[in-house]
Formats: sequence, structure tokens, C-alpha cells
Amino acid sequence: MSIDLSQFFEVFFEESFEGLDAMEAELLNLVPGEEDLETINTIFRAAHSIKGGSGTFGFNSVSDFTHVLETLLDQIREGKRELTTEHVDLLLKSVDCLRALLSALQSEQEPDLEEANALRLKFEAILGLGQSEHDNPNSECADEQQAEVNTYQIDFKPYHHLFKTGNEPLYMISELAELGELETHVSHNEIPDITDLTADDCFLSWRFFLNTEKEERVIREIFEWVEDDCDLTITLCGGLFSEDDTAQGAEENNPDSKIEPASSAPINTQEVKKAVVSKAPPPATESTSIRVGIDKVDSLINMVGELVITQAMLTQLGEQEITEATIASLQEGLAQLAHNTRDLQENVMRIRMLPISFVFSRFPRLVRDISQKLNKQVELKLLGEQTELDKTVMEKISDPMVHLVRNSLDHGLETVDQRLAVGKDPVGIVTLNAFHQGGNIVIEIMDDGQGLNTTKIKEKAIANGLIALGDELSDDEINELIFMPGFSTADAVSDISGRGVGMDVVRRNIQSLNGSVEVSSATGIGSTFTIRLPLTLAILDGQLVKVAKHTYIIPLISIVESLQIDITKVSRVGKDLDVLRLRDEYIPILRLYNIFNHQGAIETLDKTLLVVVESDNQKIGLLVDDLLSQQQVVIKSLEANYQKVDGVSGATILGDGRVSLIIDISGLIKLSGLRKPGSQELIIESQANLEAS
Amino acid sequence: MKRILAVDDSASMRQMVGFTLKKAGFDVTEAKDGSEALSIAKQQGFDAVISDVNMPIMDGITLIRELRTLPNYKFTPLLMLTTESGMDKKVEGKAAGATGWIVKPFNPEQLLAVIKKVIR
Repeated sequence: MSIDLSQFFEVFFEESFEGLDAMEAELLNLVPGEEDLETINTIFRAAHSIKGGSGTFGFNSVSDFTHVLETLLDQIREGKRELTTEHVDLLLKSVDCLRALLSALQSEQEPDLEEANALRLKFEAILGLGQSEHDNPNSECADEQQAEVNTYQIDFKPYHHLFKTGNEPLYMISELAELGELETHVSHNEIPDITDLTADDCFLSWRFFLNTEKEERVIREIFEWVEDDCDLTITLCGGLFSEDDTAQGAEENNPDSKIEPASSAPINTQEVKKAVVSKAPPPATESTSIRVGIDKVDSLINMVGELVITQAMLTQLGEQEITEATIASLQEGLAQLAHNTRDLQENVMRIRMLPISFVFSRFPRLVRDISQKLNKQVELKLLGEQTELDKTVMEKISDPMVHLVRNSLDHGLETVDQRLAVGKDPVGIVTLNAFHQGGNIVIEIMDDGQGLNTTKIKEKAIANGLIALGDELSDDEINELIFMPGFSTADAVSDISGRGVGMDVVRRNIQSLNGSVEVSSATGIGSTFTIRLPLTLAILDGQLVKVAKHTYIIPLISIVESLQIDITKVSRVGKDLDVLRLRDEYIPILRLYNIFNHQGAIETLDKTLLVVVESDNQKIGLLVDDLLSQQQVVIKSLEANYQKVDGVSGATILGDGRVSLIIDISGLIKLSGLRKPGSQELIIESQANLEAS
Repeated sequence: MKRILAVDDSASMRQMVGFTLKKAGFDVTEAKDGSEALSIAKQQGFDAVISDVNMPIMDGITLIRELRTLPNYKFTPLLMLTTESGMDKKVEGKAAGATGWIVKPFNPEQLLAVIKKVIR
């Protein structure tokens, strides 16, 4: 029977990566000297499973490497060896190394063994092993070729309890018979009187004469499991009785002959590996599947069930004669239907939701590595790990978060000496917190470090020409400056932060997810970055607005305020740009009807509604005819159904079946030519103009 | 049809064992740890149990020890999946009541050859 092992590869890779994640997480929890057994066991089991699987599925590079890991872990587990920080570091490196090996194998590439070999040597050094230990288990299968036929006398006397081990002498005897020609003598002398007979026990014993070309070792293997449950003597007695038919049977039934000899020559190994790899299914490196908890699926089935019931009820009502009574129940049924649909929608959305721990889980390692590098003592606290978030959003939020955490560690937290000097605990605390608020998820990255240095930020901003020397800015406004393009306050660009990715990129990435990021900070106490994200990219909280006869949707998250224009505060700048003075800011007014070419909209400014929106730190006012309701809308891609339209990020279908466009604020700013830095200058310029006039 | 209970915390190994045995004509039930296996084994009867040793919640040795105390499993072949380095485990397993062992890594043919030692 041939079984194509490659069908199990994908599962193997998936579980191995999971195992590595678990290993990493547990390793980070380990404190040498006070490790608990269950943690070590979990790590051991992960390594053990990877080794077992990779050996079984022919990924020898992985199983060879994991072997040393497993040996070390086993010794620690058994208490034969003390766990040291060195071990933990080495194991963490091995996790990375194994990940690389497995990814390469998964995408059917030749894995790079250089690092694995280097790490293996280190493990072997710790274990005090020579190179030779696992190199060549070849010898066993090497000399099967002896054709000499011998006769063995085998005395097999099972102890009484043999049956209770689950072993069956009959099968052993038939196995023996397969090795050659067998003569069997059974002895029943030991069987007691019927009154003393216990049916559970074995009272028989056997003497066999076996003609075989096999070695004694092969015979012993048959009795391997019962070695301690019987008296077994095997003696070679020269005389043999027939030679012909034994050879054939033996050849076929020798289990060893079917085992692929583990090859020792490197060239051979390569070939074997290639052969294995070429049989693998097409690569599926980028997994597009998600695991869904069975409870979620169950609740969906439940909802659909209710939906079907409601539908059946409505059909029944529709078939009846319409009376006042049926209208009432029809309305009731429709309300029920609306309820079912909404529940169903929510639950379908929930399928895409994963706990944010998927992102959080990479931070313990990151914090450990960075704090080691920076020589700072850091404790990472994770809160709200079970908060759920859309998978797509999750994938995209990871990098910005990494950046913010790096920043907190590098710029936010002080060194141990600095902390002690100001009377703080030497161990700095970085907290990641996630929770739901309205339709959004809020992720906070808090540190108890020195806070943002407003003086320094201001100096830098002035030096970079972001603000003028005489500008009076509140602390919050100064803090906001760090999100401006080209801003970095690190005295020296370090390895940790300052990789050319500024906070402006972080903000832009988050904004591209329809989210926002803010900072609040108190000198000497710490700073908090707050990321707000929609729970999903598929649904948007929108403000419906009317422009001429059309309904547009403005993402609620970008709206700062809506107001009626006070005409006395409007000034005209240049040919056709009106700006509204709102407190101490000048807001350019964009006429949506102009941009989208609609006739019949309200064109006068006085008392007309203006929606002030913000994007990329820039505020603009959108002139609309009316504010309609706020609602959650399902985003449909315009590109997929029509083509890309500037200033519009997508479309949705309203309750009455009409299509409504969703306004893309930053696209609109670009479209209207108010793009920074021009706009910034424009505002300052217009301010100057106004003051002059 | 002979019934086998296959226990392993690794899904790929479980699938491989399960698939191989099913193809060889056995009725296979899978369990992901000793505790799950024990409760399945208590509800249904099996002609053999193959279990990994290192598993969370309940390891294979404990599972074998527990099974052997059940009247229905007094004579049932209980096999464990071990690695070549685990001679101690073999002894421990035997003491707990294991019938025998299969050394990892193994291929489907080897698995069937071993199964043949205990059920036919």
C-alpha cells in the first residue's frame, strides 16, 4: 500500500508554526532558576512534535536539528540539567531558525542550513556530544545480504500475565513462521486443574525450531515487546532441514528491507530531499484560510434557522387573504426579518474577527530583544488580549504597533540609572491595552517613561521649518508635531528606531485603515499612544449628507464638527477659495457640488451647513445641503465594479436601493489642490493676507 | 471491522496514522490528548489503541495506565509512539501496561507492520 505523505504536509507546517509560536511565548515566560515544569513540558512537546512530524514526513534537516533541541529540553525536563539564560537565548534563536527552515520547505525551496548547523554545534557543545551521534544510523540495514540459513531453537515461556499486556502469542508465532520454516511444539504441562485455572492467565509455553536466513536479532525483535514478560532463549543449532523456500519468504517479510536506508553522503541527502519536495502540492505559503471557532459556526446555523422560520412565516402570510390582521402580522414578520438579518450580518462579521492576541503575542519577544539591546529593564503588560478585530485590519496594524512599541522602548523609557535617579522603579512598564468602544477598537500603547520632551520637539520643529519661531503652541499641539513628515527626535539615529520610518508613516498607515492615532504625554510620567480603528474594513460608520439631489457618505471618524456658516467669518482668498475663520484656524471651504458637478445645490454660504473634516492633520470644510442620518454602511469597492474615481473611496447601497458614494477625504484634499505643504503655506499665507487687509 | 483509537496531539501525525489505518481497512477514531481518548474509550470499545507519549493534559503513559485498569481494556493491545531516544519511556510504558511501541519516525508501511503484531 502506498500512501502519499505530501497530503499531510500542509497540516504539518501549520501545526509546526503554531508550535514554534507557543515555544517562543513560553520561552519568554521562562525565568532561569524558577522555571515551572509545565512550561518546560510545553516547550518540550512542541519541539518533540516538530521532530516527530518532520522525521515522519521526510524533512530530515528539520528533524536532525530539532533532535539536539529536544535532547537538551529533555534533560532540563528530567532535572538532569539546570536551565540557564544561555539556553533560553539559544532556544529562541533556534525557534527563528526552525521557522526559516520550515518556511523554505513549505515553499519548496532548499533550506539554508548554515545557521542550523552553527546552532546545532552550540547545542552539541552544551550537551557534550560529538558530531557522530546521529549522523549515521545506517549500519543496521547495511548487511542484510547474508544468505546463510540457520536453524534456531527458540524456547518461549510466557509469564502468566502475558495476555494482560495485550500481546498475543499466536500473532508472534505467525510472525516467526514468516521468517522461514517453523516447527512448533507446545507444552501444556503448566495448565492447572480446572479448579485453580484462571482464564486470564497464560499457562502455555512453546519450543520452536526455525529454519531461517535471518539473524538472531530479527527473531528477538518479534519478542521485543514481551522480553520482560517471558523466559526466552534462542540457541543456534547447526543442522538445517531445507533451504529452498525459506529464502523467498524471508525476503518478503523482512521489515527492514523496506526501510529506506538513511543516507550518509550529502549528495544523496540532497536527492532524497528534492524527491520529497517535488512531490509536494503547489505552495500555499500565504494562507488565506481562517480558523473559526465552532461556536461561531453554530450560532450562524442557528441564525439561518431562525431566518428560514421567519421566511416561512412570511410566505404563509403572503398566501392568505390580506386583511388588517394579516397586515399587522406581516409587519411583525418583517420586523422579525430585519432583526434576523442584522443578527446574521453581525455574526458573519464575527467570523472574520480574531482576538488581538494574535498581534500582541509577537511583542514579548520584541520587547525582550530590544530591551536587551538597549540595556533597559522592561516589563510588558498585555491587557484585553481577547478583544476581537477583523483579520485584515489585524494584519495591517501590526507594523505600526511595532513601530510605536519600539519608540516607547527607545525614546520613552529611561535607562535604569535615569529611572533610579528620579526615584522610579528601575523596571519600566510598557502596557498594550485593547478594548472596544462603540464600533471601534481602541489600542493603547502606554509607557511610564519620561514622556515626550516638548521643548526638544519644538526646537526640532522650528529647525525643520514645521512651525515658526514665534508660534505659541499648546503641549498637545506640540506633541502632535511628531506625526509630521520628516520628524525624529532621537539624538542619534539608533538601531531600534529611526529606521527612516517616521511617525508620519505610522499615522498614514493607520489612516489608510480609516483609523486615527493620537498621543498624550506627561513629562516624567509617561506617554500614551491611542490607536482607534474600525472593527472591520467592510463596514464604515458614515454620516449621510445631501448635495443637490444626491446622497454622499462622509466617514464619521474623519468628521471634526458640523456647523452653520457665519458669513461674517468667511473671507475670500485668491480667485475662488473661501476660508472660514473657526476659532483661531482658517478652514478652506470645498463646495462638494462643484467637485462632483451637480446642479441645483445651495450655493450661498450664509447659514449653509459645513462639515469640518480632518485628514493628514489638515482640516477642510465640506459644503453640503443637508445633514441626513448617521448609519453603518457596507463598503463596496468601486474599482471592482466600475473604476477608480478620485475623491471617492467606495460606494454603498442605501436602504432605498440607491447607490451612494463614500467620500475619500484625503483624496478630496489632493483633488482640490489643497495638498500639503502647499496648503499649510496657503493657510499661513492667507492668514497673513487677512491680517494685512 | 476492527476499531482503533489513535491518540496524538499533533494533527499531522494523527491524520497520517488515521489515514494509513483507514486505508488498511480499520475503523479509526482520533483523539488529541489522553484525557479525550480516555473518555472516548470509556464510551466505545476498541480493538487497539495507539497513543503518542508526550501530550498536554494527559500524557500517553497515564492514558495507558488508566485504560489498563478498565475491564474492557484488560487485554486490549495498547501501543505507544515513542522516539528512538526514549528507552526509559518504553520501560515506563511497559510498567503502565503498554503492549508495545512504535518508534518515530515511521512510515505507513512500518506502522501497518507493527499493527499486524497485535490485531489481524
